Amino acid sequence: MNDATVVGTPLVAAPERTQARTINKAQWIMGALLVLALLLAPFVLSDFRLSLLARFLCYAILALGLDLIWGYTGILSLGHGVYFGLGAYCMAMHLKLEATKGQMPDFMAWSGVDKMPWFWQPFRFAWFAIPAAIIVPTVLAAILGYCTFRSRIKGVFFSILSQALSIVVVTLFVGQQGYTGGTNGMTNYKTLFGYDLNSISTQHFFYWFTALALVGVYLLSRWLVAGRLGKILIAIRDGENRVRYTGYDPVMYKVFIYALSASLAGLAGILFVLQVGLITPTEMDIVHSIKMVLWVALGGRATLTGAVLGAVLVNAAENALSENYPAIWSFLMGGLFLVSVLFLPQGLMGWFNTLPATIRAKRAKKSEPRGWTSHASRNPGSQHDAAAARDTTDAAENPVY
Amino acid sequence: MPQKILSTENVTVDFDGFKAIQNLNFSMNAGELRFLIGPNGAGKTTLLDIICGRVRPTQGKAYFKGNINLGRMQEHRIAQLGIGRKFQAPSVFASLTVLDNLELAMQGRRGVFSSLRARLNSDEQDRIMQCLQTIRLEERANELAGALSHGEKQWLEIGMLLMQEPELLLLDEPAAGMTDRETEQMGELLHTLTDKSILIVEHDMEFVRTFARTVTVMHEGNILREGTMDEVQNDPKVAEVYLGRRVADVA
Repeated sequence: MNDATVVGTPLVAAPERTQARTINKAQWIMGALLVLALLLAPFVLSDFRLSLLARFLCYAILALGLDLIWGYTGILSLGHGVYFGLGAYCMAMHLKLEATKGQMPDFMAWSGVDKMPWFWQPFRFAWFAIPAAIIVPTVLAAILGYCTFRSRIKGVFFSILSQALSIVVVTLFVGQQGYTGGTNGMTNYKTLFGYDLNSISTQHFFYWFTALALVGVYLLSRWLVAGRLGKILIAIRDGENRVRYTGYDPVMYKVFIYALSASLAGLAGILFVLQVGLITPTEMDIVHSIKMVLWVALGGRATLTGAVLGAVLVNAAENALSENYPAIWSFLMGGLFLVSVLFLPQGLMGWFNTLPATIRAKRAKKSEPRGWTSHASRNPGSQHDAAAARDTTDAAENPVY
Repeated sequence: MPQKILSTENVTVDFDGFKAIQNLNFSMNAGELRFLIGPNGAGKTTLLDIICGRVRPTQGKAYFKGNINLGRMQEHRIAQLGIGRKFQAPSVFASLTVLDNLELAMQGRRGVFSSLRARLNSDEQDRIMQCLQTIRLEERANELAGALSHGEKQWLEIGMLLMQEPELLLLDEPAAGMTDRETEQMGELLHTLTDKSILIVEHDMEFVRTFARTVTVMHEGNILREGTMDEVQNDPKVAEVYLGRRVADVA
């Protein structure tokens, strides 16, 4: 066994390295084409379709943040809608005040509030509201993350806590109708910096801004996971205690990536409100938060590209199905989820990335019936086989811990 | 008199009524290679756990280099002090390559922001390559650690410990799952690490016999006997509680 692999490795290593490089080049070209297509979309799609795509791109930004904490670090948050919602609400508060020229918004009067509360006051200023839309979710995530991670709450316990966070925040927002607009949320915005939000040119601008933000966030995430930080995050997922005994404090790393992911959710929330024109507590609830996790799962964990694809494709499918089969679309959606989880456990990108290895293994099997099929899948010349290997390693997490 | 690298003062560990360690006063000198043996449940692994921060003593204190109290320190702080731990079951980062495993273990800054900017320089690359040679995994450098065999994982973990450049190494059965040849290589490697203090828990008596200088025998949470292999073997108490017939057979 040992001999076979030692002999096999150098033979395979050389061609695989060049293969990895050509894959890389192909990936760059594909990526560039996709970005180009995104930027040209306003000239091709109808305004309605474009606004849908814009919404999906906002979700994609959020999904990238989820992939960083779940796919790479192994922190499964089932309440990420909260951070998205907080960002969106901060932005919405400013838009509301800009529409009323700084006067108390109408919904407050309906709920019997007679004076605008103090915490609404600073949101009159865009220079306060827009940074706050990122800082509020980031700080909340950093505080909650520090408390839970320091107490070594992880795995399913963390997921349950994150759901509790979602329940608490949604209940609060629904209950404090006079301050938050209750279940109806906030809508009826008019302008930002004096520009009409409903005009085509403003919407096109926001679309391009969102597309570029997505590209920027994608590249940032790529850079993060390519460096040592990314390796440490994966190491934390593989064996958090081993990371400790290696001298790293996993708490700080987890807080950092969790807060970063919350800030990306906040950014997505800002862009969402600007283009959709409505934010309600539904966007923050558990169901919506779990959907976000499904985007990443179906796209492929720990691939980044998968998170973006998952967010766009799942939402596009949901939209198409609900338009065409209004009566049964939710059953079709559920069926789609089941089928993908059964047949693509690693998600679209996970399946796509292991495809070369699978084909090679099949070919090897055909050409030598008794042969060593195992080494094809065991030689990770590219990082892609990582996804395939992970399935087994997750289960085999060291018994020491 | 040489400096004490490690000492415990009246340490007791109580696991819900079961005293894994009772009033233990253990010490070893800097640069020493010490073997820790004893029957199952004697408290050997628990002693290692106390030193690396995995288990907190119910009573008593553990000191590193004479005056650094390990009792309240977090595991990663203890690791940063220069104490490296190898667990009984090999624990490597399965979805990272062998190379990445060694890179993460390499002595250096451990903060979030320094790891954001960290890039390997050529000197560091050389050190990793050297380590790969020592643990004989050059051929598999770019493979995922999860794909290694049990023995290879053991070597990788040893390599990771060496990259940490600790002053004190705590090894829990490093030769488990290795072939005879590899076990021998492991013993030889341990003898080349003369600048480090090493504390080894080992069950393989052949291995202990070949490579041990000083042996500590533990029994029921305390030290039964300490001395050279010969002294220990000829102690009737040791023979009674632990070595028993096995020593008689081999001798």
